Amino acid sequence: MTIQEIQEQIVSEFSVFDDWMDKYNYLIEMGKEVPRIDERFKTNNHLISGCQSRVWLHAENREGKIYFTADSDAVITKGIVNLLIRVFSGQIPEAILEADTDFIEQVGLKEHLSPTRSNGLVSMVKQMKLYAQVYKLKQDN
Amino acid sequence: MKGFTASELSELRNQFPALHQSVYGKPLIYLDNAATTQKPNDVIDRISEYYRKENSNIHRGVHYLSQQATSAYEAVRQELARFISAAHSHEIIFTRGTTESINLIASSFGKLVFKTGDSVLITGMEHHSNLVPWQQLCKNNKGKLLVAELDEKGEVSLDQYKSLLNLRPKIVAITHISNALGTINPIKEMIALAHQKDIPVVVDGAQSVAHMRIDVQDLDCDFFVFSGHKMYGPMGVGVLYGKDKWLEQMPPWQFGGEMVDQVSLQETTFNQLPFKFEAGTPNVAGVLGLGAAIKFLYQTDLEKLGTHETTVLNYTLEKLNLVSGIRFIGNAAERAGVISFVVEGTHPSDIGTLIDKMGVAVRTGHHCAQPVMTRFDVPGTVRASFAAYNTLAEADMFVVAVQKAVNMLR
Repeated sequence: MTIQEIQEQIVSEFSVFDDWMDKYNYLIEMGKEVPRIDERFKTNNHLISGCQSRVWLHAENREGKIYFTADSDAVITKGIVNLLIRVFSGQIPEAILEADTDFIEQVGLKEHLSPTRSNGLVSMVKQMKLYAQVYKLKQDN
Repeated sequence: MKGFTASELSELRNQFPALHQSVYGKPLIYLDNAATTQKPNDVIDRISEYYRKENSNIHRGVHYLSQQATSAYEAVRQELARFISAAHSHEIIFTRGTTESINLIASSFGKLVFKTGDSVLITGMEHHSNLVPWQQLCKNNKGKLLVAELDEKGEVSLDQYKSLLNLRPKIVAITHISNALGTINPIKEMIALAHQKDIPVVVDGAQSVAHMRIDVQDLDCDFFVFSGHKMYGPMGVGVLYGKDKWLEQMPPWQFGGEMVDQVSLQETTFNQLPFKFEAGTPNVAGVLGLGAAIKFLYQTDLEKLGTHETTVLNYTLEKLNLVSGIRFIGNAAERAGVISFVVEGTHPSDIGTLIDKMGVAVRTGHHCAQPVMTRFDVPGTVRASFAAYNTLAEADMFVVAVQKAVNMLR
């Protein structure tokens, strides 16, 4: 699936929830299923700044596609990371770099999450795009 | 002393427009008062009245408006001196807040008393604002920052404090009440111990001034600093109280208008106290708003307010204790204002996010006191902090919200 298709899928999944508790319960469940980062990568080098909780993110390139793994000590944060991983993992660097992240607003997370967490979310997206940028440069060379 | 009656409390709440609103369709329960309190109508009105009728630059103009504004501004200085029982009104310096007050002392008083290789003594519970300026002073002068450690309850060991005083620090800087733990330090005793060795003491009163009566002469502190916005006043205005024997000797901190006496292109002589430390156009509206906040505190009666807050705090502690896996960070015998906690198997920011959706405003994170978090080995805490207008019903709703969040997260 393309990034756009996955985003649409997530938006439609969230559209069935009419109250915030169900939405957050779903996020919490997603947090528990995040593709877990290898323990040896849970270092300061893999920490994302700008989050109130700690978030570690790792990326690897397999046959031209980027695969992300992550972890966080806060479960809601982990749910959000997992949403981003669903969208970006297994995509080629160019697609990740070009993608917008409007779906975050459409599922009502950007406006409903606290500003510190929102900033963390922005930092997560930034970090994922940075990985894509680096792998793209490596490929181009 | 009794707390508020039900009608007194509801009358008091009616003075705060921000309390009467819904967030996410739920009535707002505001428990982030250690960060900033809400403002009563009198404070809000005083600020707008200044801009509507009195706006002018003070201490300069011969015209009517300037004279009116100047005398209103100086009247607040006198009221503040009375409010904290200072000996003289020129011992009250207006600043932007606690942080600026401490930076002023560290910079100017630092120049006066601190020499290469000297030390400053603080406690392990200081807000970054009462830590980093001293750390930098020490760093820039090859000095040493001495720290009186905290025990398991979040109290300073007086024995260790005494032994650190024997190392003859040049300045002691301590918080009156910890913003992260709620611990009330026995500052009168700590000041007396420091004075036995002729060491001046700076007290960070940011968290105490809105909760109890402060008498700087009785405490005998050398400096006492606080912010307007944590005592029902506006943001951007704060106070530095200093004994005049120190303020007289201290060099000016910032340079510019108002703080000068005679200026030529080669030489400048400086104005007298308190103006020597108030360079530039001050926050006149903020100072007048702070004056209205003091009036509010007089009307509310600080003793009654203190009793009421203690009742709400203890009630909340008792109810929260029933949440399984809860661990209170800070269990000092003498405490005020703040409850800090973590719940096993959950992250503070997750709890904060979920109870926010239920209308409850608390702070989560390290509360600008990272060494405290390190001491208790937690990533952060959930902190509920109380003000005069919080009710037992709000405490109940807060505890229900926490329980609900914990159930969702486990």
